[in-house]
Amino acid sequence: MNAAVKELEDFRREVASWLKANKPADPGFLLPQTFMEVGSEEQLEFLREWQHKVWSAGYLGMAWAKEHGGQGVDAIYQSVVDQEMRRQAVPICFNVIGLGWAGPLINDIGTEEEKQRYLKGILSAEDIWCQGFSEPDHGSDLGNARTRAERDGDDYVINGSKIWTTMGNYAKYMILLARTNPEAERKYDGLSFFLAPMTVDGVSTRPIRKLTGEYGFTETFFDNARIPADCLMGGEGAGWKIAMKTLQYERGAEAGAAGGLAFVRIVIDDLIQQLRDVTRDGKPVLEDPLIRDQLVSLIMEEKAISLGDRRSGIPALTSDYPMSLPLSNKLRWTEYARRMRQFAINAQGADGALFVGDDRAREGGFWQRAYLNSFSATIGGGTSQVQANIVAEHVLGLPK
Amino acid sequence: MSVIGSTAMRFDEEQSMLLDYARSFCADRGGLNAAREHLETPLEYSPGVWDEMVAMGWTGIGLPEELGGSGLSIGAAVPVAESLGKALMGTPLLSTLLAAQLLLRADSKAAAEVLEGIAGGDAACVAELESEDWSALPRTTVIDDAGMLQGQKRLVMDATSARWIVVTAVAGADTALAVLDATTLDDDAINPRVLIDNTHRAADITFNGVTPLAVISGASVLAALRDYRLLGALLVAAESTGAAAACLDVTVDYLKTRKQFGKLIGSYQALKHPSVDMLTMMDSARSFVYHASSLLGSEPLDKDQEVACRMAKAQATDALKFAGDRAVQFHGGMGFTWDCDAQLFIRRAQGAQQQFGDAQHHRQRLAALLLDD
Ligand SMILES: Cc1cc2nc3c(=O)[nH]c(=O)nc-3n(C[C@H](O)[C@H](O)[C@H](O)COP(=O)(O)OP(=O)(O)OC[C@H]3O[C@@H](n4cnc5c(N)ncnc54)[C@H](O)[C@@H]3O)c2cc1C
Repeated sequence: MNAAVKELEDFRREVASWLKANKPADPGFLLPQTFMEVGSEEQLEFLREWQHKVWSAGYLGMAWAKEHGGQGVDAIYQSVVDQEMRRQAVPICFNVIGLGWAGPLINDIGTEEEKQRYLKGILSAEDIWCQGFSEPDHGSDLGNARTRAERDGDDYVINGSKIWTTMGNYAKYMILLARTNPEAERKYDGLSFFLAPMTVDGVSTRPIRKLTGEYGFTETFFDNARIPADCLMGGEGAGWKIAMKTLQYERGAEAGAAGGLAFVRIVIDDLIQQLRDVTRDGKPVLEDPLIRDQLVSLIMEEKAISLGDRRSGIPALTSDYPMSLPLSNKLRWTEYARRMRQFAINAQGADGALFVGDDRAREGGFWQRAYLNSFSATIGGGTSQVQANIVAEHVLGLPK
Repeated sequence: MSVIGSTAMRFDEEQSMLLDYARSFCADRGGLNAAREHLETPLEYSPGVWDEMVAMGWTGIGLPEELGGSGLSIGAAVPVAESLGKALMGTPLLSTLLAAQLLLRADSKAAAEVLEGIAGGDAACVAELESEDWSALPRTTVIDDAGMLQGQKRLVMDATSARWIVVTAVAGADTALAVLDATTLDDDAINPRVLIDNTHRAADITFNGVTPLAVISGASVLAALRDYRLLGALLVAAESTGAAAACLDVTVDYLKTRKQFGKLIGSYQALKHPSVDMLTMMDSARSFVYHASSLLGSEPLDKDQEVACRMAKAQATDALKFAGDRAVQFHGGMGFTWDCDAQLFIRRAQGAQQQFGDAQHHRQRLAALLLDD
C-alpha cells in the first residue's frame, strides 16, 4: 500500500468510527428521506443539529477552502465521508440547496466577498438556502419567469411570486431568478440572478401540503421587498446562464458539492428483504414467477445505472455518445426509483392499500410514503419529460 | 452482500487498441451497403474480409499462445463482436471463437490440432440444437457402438463456412463432443435454412455414420458446454449492442432529415422520447457487456461471471428488439420496405433474441441465481 492509499484508508476508518459513535438515535418521529421532505420544526432542528455536528467534526466541505469554513483537502476525502454516511445510513445533511448548488456556484463564480459572506453558514447549517426559480405559471418553461427585480438606488425591489420553494419557510437566503428587463429582445437576456435574503420586509411564505400529507415546500411572495443591490450575482442579464449552471449541479452533470448525504438511497436489497415475508397464492411472493421476472428487470436496471457510472470514467467506452451517461443520470435514477417503489407496494398484496399511520402498514408504510415521495425527483429539478428533451437534443442532436 | 454484486469495469491498453482497430476495420469493410450485397447470397461475407481478420489474429482471441493464439482473454472478443454488430457484418468469427472456447475448456489436448487450425484461420462452428428448445441437452444425436456419429442438428450457425464442426452427442450415458472435419460429411449433409435474420447464415446438418476426428467426454464436457453457452450469450449480446447503436444512428439520421407538417419529425416528442429510450437501453447493454468482459478469464465461469453474461444477453437483445421495432415505425411507409435499412435491424433483432436463449430465459436463470440462496 502506498502512503496516499494508506492515509485514505486510515481516514475512512476514522470517519467510520466517528459516525458510529455520533450517529444520532432514532428521534421517534419520521425523518425525511430527502431534503425536499423537511416539513416540521422538529425535523428541521434535529437535522440542523446533525449537520452542524458533522461540520464541526471536520467532515463537511472537505474540498472547500479553509478560510471559508472548509477543510482545504482533496475532494476524494469528501467522497470517503459520503460513502461511509451512506453505508451507515445516517440522517441526511439537509441544507442541500446550499451545499450542493448555491455553495458550489459561489465557490466557482462568486467574488471573494460573497464566499466570505455565505459559504461558512451553509456548511454549519446556520444559514438555510432555498431556490426561487419556478413560478406558478412558469415551471418547466423557466426562461419565461416573470418575478420582477427593479433597481432603485442601492436596492432592488422585488415583486411577484415563486412556487414549490423547498424549505422556503426555513430559509435565510434564496437563489433567485428574476426579471430585470422585461423589454429585452431575447426573453433570456432580461433575467438576473440574486443571492437574496429572505429575512427582509415584503417576503412571505405559505407552506404547501404534499400528496403524502406532510409539508416540504412553500409558495413565496415578494411584495415590494427591498434587497441590497450587491445581492446581484454576475451582472444584470446574466441570470439565465447562471441558472443553467446551477441546474447542472442539481442534475448531477457537474460536481463541486460540499458533500454530505443528500438523500437516503433506497436500493433493491431493501425491497427484496421485504418480499421474503409477503405471500401470494399461499407462497412467499419471492417465488411467484411473474414477480421474479419483474424483480430481475429492476435489479438489472439498478445495476446498469451503477455500471454506467463506472463506464463513464473510461472514455474509450463512451465514445459513441460521450455525454449520454452524465446527462441521462437523473432521468434514469429517478424513474427507476419511482418504478421500484411502486412495484414494492403492488407486491404487498392487500396491505399495499395501507399508509403511514396505520399500525398494520408494513414497515410503518415506508414503501407507500417512499413511492409517493419519489415523484419529487421525477418532477423537481426538471421533469423527466424535460430531461428526455435535453438528452434527445444534446446527446442525439435531435431538433428542438 | 448486495444482490447487485460485482460492478467491476476494467479496460486495458491492449483492449483499447483492439477496440480502435476493430471499429475502424469493421466500419470500413462492413456497413449497410456491404451487408446488403450479401443478403441473397450463400455466404454473408466476402472471403477476403475473413482473410484479413485472420491476418489480424482475431481467430486466436481467447486461445493461449502455445496453440498459436493471442493469449488474450475471451473477454477481449467483446469489442470485436460489438464492432461486427455495429457494421452488421455476418462472418463466422463468433461461431469460430465459441467453438474454440468449447474445445479449449473441454479438453485442449485432445483438440490441439483443431485449436491450432482455428488460431491459424480455420472457421469452426458448434452443432448443438435438436429441437426448438434451445436449452435442451442432445438426445437423438449419438455416437454409436462403432464410434460413428448418427443423427441430426438444427440451425447450426455458420455451418456452411466451417472447416471444423463440434457436435454435442450422447455417448453411452455421457454427453460428449464429437469433433468433425467438415470435408468428411456427405455432400448433401448440410442444408441451409432461411433465416429471419438475413445477415447471418445457419443450416441443419445430418450425420449418417461419420467418423469423428476426436471424441471428448467426461465431466469437463458439461462444464465446458455451460461456459460455452454463457460466452455465446455474451458475444451475441455484444454484437446486438453494436447493432442497436447502428440502428439508433440510422433512425436519428432520418429524424433529422424528414419533414412533416413543416417541421423536422425529430422535433416531435412522440419520436424524441422513445429515441432516448433506445439510447438508454443501448447504454445499459454496453455497460453490461463491458462489465462481463472485465470479469472474464480462462477459468470456468463463476457466479458473478454467469450473472454478468446473462444480464448482458437479456438487456442487449431487448435493446436491439426495441430499437429495430421503433426504427421501422419511425420510418413510416419507407420503414415497411425492403429498401429501408430498418428491416435489417429488426430481422437481426429477432434472430439474436433466439440465439443462446431469449431475455426471459436469462431472467429466469438470474432469478434463481440472485434470489434463492
Ligand atoms: C418536491 C418538489 C420540490 C421542488 N423544489 C423546488 C425548489 O426548491 N425551487 C424551485 O424553483 N422549484 C422547485 N420545484 C419545482 C420544479 O422544478 C417544477 O415543478 C418543475 O420544473 C415542473 O414545472 P411545473 O410544476 O410548472 O410543471 P409544468 O411545467 O406545468 O409541467 C406539467 C407537465 O407538462 C410536462 N411538460 C412541460 N413542458 C414540457 C415539454 N417542453 N416537453 C414535454 N413535456 C413537458 C411536464 O413534464 C409535466 O408532466 C420543486 C418541485 C417539486 C415536485
